[in-house]
Amino acid sequence: MSTTRDLRFFQAINEATDLCLARDPSVYLIGLHVPADPKGVFGTTLGLQKKYGPDRVMDMPTSENGMTGVAIGSALVGMRPIMVHQRIEFALLAVEQIINQAANWHYMFGGQDAMPLVIRMMIGRGWGQGPQHSQSLQAMFAHVPGLKVVMPATPYDAKGLLIAAVEDNNPVIYLEHRWLHNIFGPVPEGHYTVPLGKARTARPGRDITIVATSYMVLESLRAADLLARDGIEAEVVDVRSLRPLDTGHIIESVHRTGRLMAVDGAWRSLGFAAEVLALVAERAYGTLRASPKRVTFPDLPSPSTPALAQHFYPRAVHIVNGVRTMMGLQEVTEEQLGIQHETPLDVPDKAFTGPF
Amino acid sequence: MNPAIVRGLYVRMLRIRLVEEKIAELYPEQQMRCPVHLSVGQEAVAVGVCAALEPEDYAISTHRSHAHYLAKGGNLKAMLGELYGRVTGCCHGKGGSMHLIDRSVGFLGAVPIVGSTIPIGVGAAFGTVLRKEHRVTIVFLGDGATEEGVFHEAVNFAVLKRLPVIFVCENNFFSVYSSLAVRQPPIRKIYELARGYGLDSHQGDGNDVEAVYGLAKAAVEKARRGDGPTFLEFKTYRWREHCGPYYDNHLGYRSEREFEEWKARCPIARFKQQLLQRELITKQDLDGIEASLAAEVEEAVAFAKSSPFPEPQLLEEHLYAS
Repeated sequence: MSTTRDLRFFQAINEATDLCLARDPSVYLIGLHVPADPKGVFGTTLGLQKKYGPDRVMDMPTSENGMTGVAIGSALVGMRPIMVHQRIEFALLAVEQIINQAANWHYMFGGQDAMPLVIRMMIGRGWGQGPQHSQSLQAMFAHVPGLKVVMPATPYDAKGLLIAAVEDNNPVIYLEHRWLHNIFGPVPEGHYTVPLGKARTARPGRDITIVATSYMVLESLRAADLLARDGIEAEVVDVRSLRPLDTGHIIESVHRTGRLMAVDGAWRSLGFAAEVLALVAERAYGTLRASPKRVTFPDLPSPSTPALAQHFYPRAVHIVNGVRTMMGLQEVTEEQLGIQHETPLDVPDKAFTGPF
Repeated sequence: MNPAIVRGLYVRMLRIRLVEEKIAELYPEQQMRCPVHLSVGQEAVAVGVCAALEPEDYAISTHRSHAHYLAKGGNLKAMLGELYGRVTGCCHGKGGSMHLIDRSVGFLGAVPIVGSTIPIGVGAAFGTVLRKEHRVTIVFLGDGATEEGVFHEAVNFAVLKRLPVIFVCENNFFSVYSSLAVRQPPIRKIYELARGYGLDSHQGDGNDVEAVYGLAKAAVEKARRGDGPTFLEFKTYRWREHCGPYYDNHLGYRSEREFEEWKARCPIARFKQQLLQRELITKQDLDGIEASLAAEVEEAVAFAKSSPFPEPQLLEEHLYAS
């Protein structure tokens, strides 16, 4: 029986990577500054090169597309690379290799080759990360058949999903939100996996299903606590995997609650939240007691200055009011809800100081 | 050179020529329902390079991959089955002409996005090093691919890590209809550009199969010794249109005269004359070789045409590897 301790999210990622490197000699970790960064890519790769050496944990040239091709080629001959991008935007340079090659390879060659490749991408936020350091592009990757896309929201899932991703024989995009790296949560020691393609109920409830991704799971849980004070029991579904999507879990929940809100930290139009609404409209339309709602970012680039960013990112109050509207209740303010922000809105906690 | 190897070079070139001329002949029937990029005129590079390899070595290629696939030993029936979209094809019909693969002979695949397989080939070489294998990987590319960013990224990494990879550039002077003159400065040769990255870099006559073989052999031996990558540029010429079975000199993007000059330097006809002069082969041998190759091609075509199409349920198969 393994012991469970509280770990931070970044420690869970580090521990999962450590474990994968220890268990399978074909696993290697590669990314810009992975060994060189004194902070160890937000702590997630700290100490790993010292433990496994430069042939297993390595830096790379500033060549995202080419090096993604290199990772793909190595996967074709039996390696299991984990590639890390400190911001999702840098991975955009590699979209050709990710979409044309990694995603298609198994299918277009008639199922001959496995493509065991994990690409970790970080979604930044706050402290003026701005238009090219804080985009949330999960829908873009999750649109592509052949890729798997996961977004852990807890330290437990961060570890279990990463191990599952490394052990999977397909290209997995592993998206981690910067505002989750420092959160605490229970994490078992040793090996375990969280299956790709399975959602979890983060909080049970009977009145509305809130389907959320990544950091927005936390805001949704805060909102659910606030709603509960008024007797509204929200069920929060943490999808964990955007592709494959656990459609059955979502549909089952909506069947019970009769209401749906999709909360996604990303653009609204043609996004993941839109996909969830479409799914429910097609498969559970008759069970809906109110029009479903999306809580998302506006369709705008994300601004740097905190003065504008605070109006860009939705928070618990916006989820609460969305739900209240669906229930025919008046909207409320943060003051009325008793929300007091202990830190400025452009950081998740007091420990989060610039630059980062 | 061993006469058997010399004769083998000829037979392999002729085989590819006969396969591709047969494709050109049959393509107008509209039964091969995928684009085809024929290598007619460029056979010497594929054959000379692959003859220097061991079966366990890897090769990866581009949209114009038929010659590379066949030269590496790829299964002819599976190739034609693929062009005809049949379930017996090397990708069960899911790839088509631009996605040939035969893992049993180390042919890792081919894709039509220019330059995309360059880093993948480098990655395969990197993987073999991480796995402590002693394979050599060939990356086939065209002149256009040297203009892609990933070429530069991949070459840098290959040199950095001294990988056992050989970049084989078939410079046929055209990216579709765009001549090298509108794409690269004339004072800079492609192999010199590669040299700038610290690559051991050479050029050779791409229509002289023995010259290709000689350069490839040296590069392969060097790679196998652990002495790093090599870049080889071979000038050659595509006889037929970029994509499809016809000739397209009437379009005016290249001159009839240029075409005729290159045709006169046909890698196969030229080598045939040399073999006869050097008395390495007789006219009788040649007739026998041609007849047996033609019969093999006919049989492969008949196999492909009579093969079943994939069943509809194959549409949803192979999305993910288990």
